[in-house]
Amino acid sequence: MATAPDGVVVGIEHLYKQYETAAGPVPVLKDVNLEIRRGEFVAIMGPSGSGKSTFMNILGCLDTPTRGRYVLDGHDTSALGSDDLARLRNRFIGFVFQGFNLLPRASLLENVALPLIYAGTPRRERSERAHELLERVGLGRHVEHHPSQISGGQQQRVAIARALANRPSLLLADEPTGNLDTATSHEIMGLFTQLNAEAGITIVLVTHEHDVARFAQREVTFVDGIVTHDGPVRAVEEAAR
Amino acid sequence: MIGAILREAWKSMGANKLRTFLTMLGMVIGVGAVILMLAIGQGAQYVVKQAIASMGSNLFIVLSSFSTTSGVRSGTGQAPTLTVNDARALLELNTVAEVAPMQPGSRQIVYGAANWNTQVYGVTPGYFTVRDWAVVDGDPITETDVRNATRVAIVGQTVLDRLFGDEPAVGKTIRLENIPFTVAGVLDRKGQSFDGRDQDDTVLIPLTTAQRKVFGSQFPNSVRMIMVQAVSESAMAQAEEDINRLLRERRRTPEGQEPDFTVRNLSAVADVQAQTTKVMSLLLGAVACVSLVVGGIGIMNIMLVSVTERTREIGIRMAIGARRRDVLAQFLLEAIIVSVLGCVIGVALGVGGALLAMRLTSIYTEVTVWSVLLSFAVATLIGVFFGFYPARKAAWLKPIEALRYQ
Ligand SMILES: Nc1ncnc2c1ncn2[C@@H]1O[C@H](COP(=O)(O)OP(=O)(O)OP(=O)(O)O)[C@@H](O)[C@H]1O
Ligand SMILES: [Mg+2]
Repeated sequence: MATAPDGVVVGIEHLYKQYETAAGPVPVLKDVNLEIRRGEFVAIMGPSGSGKSTFMNILGCLDTPTRGRYVLDGHDTSALGSDDLARLRNRFIGFVFQGFNLLPRASLLENVALPLIYAGTPRRERSERAHELLERVGLGRHVEHHPSQISGGQQQRVAIARALANRPSLLLADEPTGNLDTATSHEIMGLFTQLNAEAGITIVLVTHEHDVARFAQREVTFVDGIVTHDGPVRAVEEAAR
Repeated sequence: MIGAILREAWKSMGANKLRTFLTMLGMVIGVGAVILMLAIGQGAQYVVKQAIASMGSNLFIVLSSFSTTSGVRSGTGQAPTLTVNDARALLELNTVAEVAPMQPGSRQIVYGAANWNTQVYGVTPGYFTVRDWAVVDGDPITETDVRNATRVAIVGQTVLDRLFGDEPAVGKTIRLENIPFTVAGVLDRKGQSFDGRDQDDTVLIPLTTAQRKVFGSQFPNSVRMIMVQAVSESAMAQAEEDINRLLRERRRTPEGQEPDFTVRNLSAVADVQAQTTKVMSLLLGAVACVSLVVGGIGIMNIMLVSVTERTREIGIRMAIGARRRDVLAQFLLEAIIVSVLGCVIGVALGVGGALLAMRLTSIYTEVTVWSVLLSFAVATLIGVFFGFYPARKAAWLKPIEALRYQ
């Protein structure tokens, strides 16, 4: 895996994104600059419609910016075609969604092994790795279950295991606890913290809740497509000021 | 990798069994129809080929206009125009190898308590040569039989079955118009003629016996028809000319006037028949192919629905690293699996149908290996062809748009 020598996983310069709609172009991200280093745990916050998801989708190479530069772990993404972007998503990025996005017809094991299929990993190794990951997120005994047979919190654990399958440089999560109750949210955040602390995985996570954000070390706040705060995680009162 | 994609494709097909089945049904019916129609066409061609081979080679038939329905000068009052002497004269021609004057008629044959209506032919020994027809038991009609107008009969296989069953026939006495005939021989089996008659449903007797005792013509030397065999296939055109010229000379038919006989090239008639059968079987095949194409369109239709329904799944796969070609391969493989599986079932049904048709009806069918191979090739092609567009549609989705799809 190519690694940027200076340990920068995400390098964003003058990033703009606008959506083309019937009513004309809608600018969503306006000159975003950001650098995220290996091992960081970043919480992205901001009001609804401020462009957090748009930003995350670009980070995850699911969408492309209108203008600006995005360098992921030494790869300038603006120059890449669809196959190369697919490869980046497969090897360098793990994406965790609010709605889990597991394949309903596949078993948990198959869900977790799916990124390994597209990486060309041999069958035996796929199965071993998927078992190991499910074990790690505490679902080692449910490998043959289907997503509909387990709880939301458990589904999100599976999604996290899947995101980790190819040992990505960057773990992205867009409101991963948005569909979960408080207790379960804290469990999931505990898992993220553990992954960050013990395995040194770089995590970028979108959340509305300060309660959730406090698990992170750094807070980036978007308002109307502009980064208004970038620094340590703040308390509720502080952020409101 | 390909194994994993195959398993994926197989699973998603299994997840929606009814739909997979319905998609397949179009293919099953299409392939089944192709196999069955080609089998029927092939069978028909085989039957015609057999019939033509059984007819004898390089044959003309000369008919007196008297006996043709399209003849201008029809009417029973008129003297029949072909005679045994015409036949003898024709045999002198260089281009003619053998002649067989014939007098046919439908008569009731009685053996003991059994009776059977069959086609009786008064013939000369030349008939066996011309028709290339062997006598498998006993002896054929000889020159002596013809000279003496003996009461001997040679029976065909169908007559043998109907009248004698398993009994030996040679030496037995049958009655024809209440005249006793001794069965002198049994004809080899010929099967169907190219116009669909059972050639084995026949009794041959000496020509003279037929003329004098059975059909009782008022013109003792006349015959209804003469079969003429040319010396070779290349001599056919010349022979036809010679026959016409000789017969016109013999009756002094003036130039430009329609003669009172017709010469028909039986081989040419047979060729036309063979051609017709071929065209028919091609048509059958073509019609069946249309249903294959319709089956293919059915696959495309369902695949398109499937792509739309599974947009989110496609989005998820892309989000975790599926390339366009992976998605393309998945959907293409699904289409191919459906069509090839449908083809397997279709072949089984088609072959079963062909066998059933043969058992339950008089239709002769023949399933050929190439029609099965063709079906598989076409099914795969259809899978690729009609699967490609939906698969491409899936593969070219933008990851984020596919993911957002509700
Ligand atoms: N595909 C799209 N086409 C047009 N406009 C869009 C599209 N996606 C998002 N937008 C607009 O862009 C803006 C930012 O949307 P985005 O989803 O990034 O916000 P967000 O910060 O994630 O909000 P939330 O907290 O509610 O999830 C919104 O005004 C939204 O209406
Ligand atoms: Mg959002």
